[in-house]
Amino acid sequence: MSAERPSTSFKFRGGCFHALVLKPETPLSTWLADVDALLARSPGFFAEKSVVIDVSGLSLTRKIFLDLLDELSKRGIRILGVEGANPSDFDGRVPFLARSQTEKSKSTAAPVLAPSTPSPASSLLIEAPVRSGQLVVCPDGDVTVVASVASGAEIVASGSVHVYGTLRGRVLAGAYGNQRARIFCRRLEAELIAIDGHYIVADEIGIHLRQAPIQAWLDGDALKIATMA
Amino acid sequence: MAQVMVVTSGKGGVGKTTTTAALGAALARQGQRVVVVDFDVGLRNLDLVMGAERRVVYDLIHVVQGTAKLSQALIRDKRIETLFLLAASQTRDKDSLSDDGVERVIGELRPSFDWVICDSPAGIERGASLAMRHADFAVVVTNPEVSSVRDSDRIIGLLDSITDKAKHGEPMDKLLLLTRYDPIRAGRGEMLSIDDVLDILCLPLLGIIPESREVLQASNMGAPVTLNNPKSAPARAYSDAARRLMGELVPLVVPSDKSTLLNKLFGRRAA
Repeated sequence: MSAERPSTSFKFRGGCFHALVLKPETPLSTWLADVDALLARSPGFFAEKSVVIDVSGLSLTRKIFLDLLDELSKRGIRILGVEGANPSDFDGRVPFLARSQTEKSKSTAAPVLAPSTPSPASSLLIEAPVRSGQLVVCPDGDVTVVASVASGAEIVASGSVHVYGTLRGRVLAGAYGNQRARIFCRRLEAELIAIDGHYIVADEIGIHLRQAPIQAWLDGDALKIATMA
Repeated sequence: MAQVMVVTSGKGGVGKTTTTAALGAALARQGQRVVVVDFDVGLRNLDLVMGAERRVVYDLIHVVQGTAKLSQALIRDKRIETLFLLAASQTRDKDSLSDDGVERVIGELRPSFDWVICDSPAGIERGASLAMRHADFAVVVTNPEVSSVRDSDRIIGLLDSITDKAKHGEPMDKLLLLTRYDPIRAGRGEMLSIDDVLDILCLPLLGIIPESREVLQASNMGAPVTLNNPKSAPARAYSDAARRLMGELVPLVVPSDKSTLLNKLFGRRAA
């Protein structure tokens, strides 16, 4: 039937995307209450985000799983896919993601600290001031700024961020899952700093750290800041 | 060939139009051929400050759209014959300005003038980006106050990214003009100091214009402050800035009005 049409090549490619992975815990009712509490604090938390739910180790029945999907969609959380489940257990409402259960358990045992070992060549050196409204993204390495970062500017790096001037804007280091990333600056007046998603805003930064030369790192789940001589 | 200068700030009400008129008049008084161009379509003000509002027949939009010739739209100042105004339209909106049209008009102005001064509208939208796009350099007007400084910083980022010069990989020169500066209040920590502003914005300083009632008085008279009362503190500061633009080395001091200082003292005592 289509033999007479000129054949158009069919294009597809593999892609790798970032998504937020939610890991429900049992009892599910308590966990859902936690989700509600989070949404009450920040209603837009899941807005515009692609969410994957990780049900590995939960051994849910089909009915409970489908109820969970309903509960999440009621809260406006859009589920991109499910990981850690056996595809034959559930109907096709949500796609199952390719990472298998065994692989997943391996990666939980040893969290990926430096994805694809970023080469120093992909690091970014910025010699001009980073101005308000400017967004610097370095998906594969460190960012070094030999000037100031203005209030309203933002730096996002997979690795560490070094600012050899006053840091007045926002810095998100280890933004793609690197707990060993650090933030260094000569003078801290930042609006927000974050490492691997753990953030602290200006109001929460101790007075003795303000305007001081500091470094910030992650100690477990806690973001630590200390002055440097 | 003219140098094309954009006067911009991001924030409104910091003194872009005052600066455009004052610098334009000060340069023209030095014998330079100057045209000031109002890009604030829909909220035009430069004609009022220049005292030419009753003589506007054709404006920038007419020239951009080709319904009037440039020579018909240029309004010569009554006081200085080398000073011209190209007014904005009050009845149209910013969408009436096309990028090609603006580029053509700036190109037509270049051969006949020494200075083309573009008065940018506030904000970072279309009007502001059109005003800065074809400029050779920018004068960033900032008040010693945090929101103004942050908006200026944002504008500096845009100057480095969306102007023709930036797109061709050339550096875009930017000069800082600090306006409404009050040394007494800055000394008491009630406003940002000059050092604070320079520390944040990292730009060379073109001048510091002191806060003065002369500025409002001049705009109400329909005259650039540098013509209305050339001896006043802001007029002297603007004239110094104009001389720096022409390449003279003028030491940077903040002029003050003695009478203004006295008025302030009395004003406080009364209050």
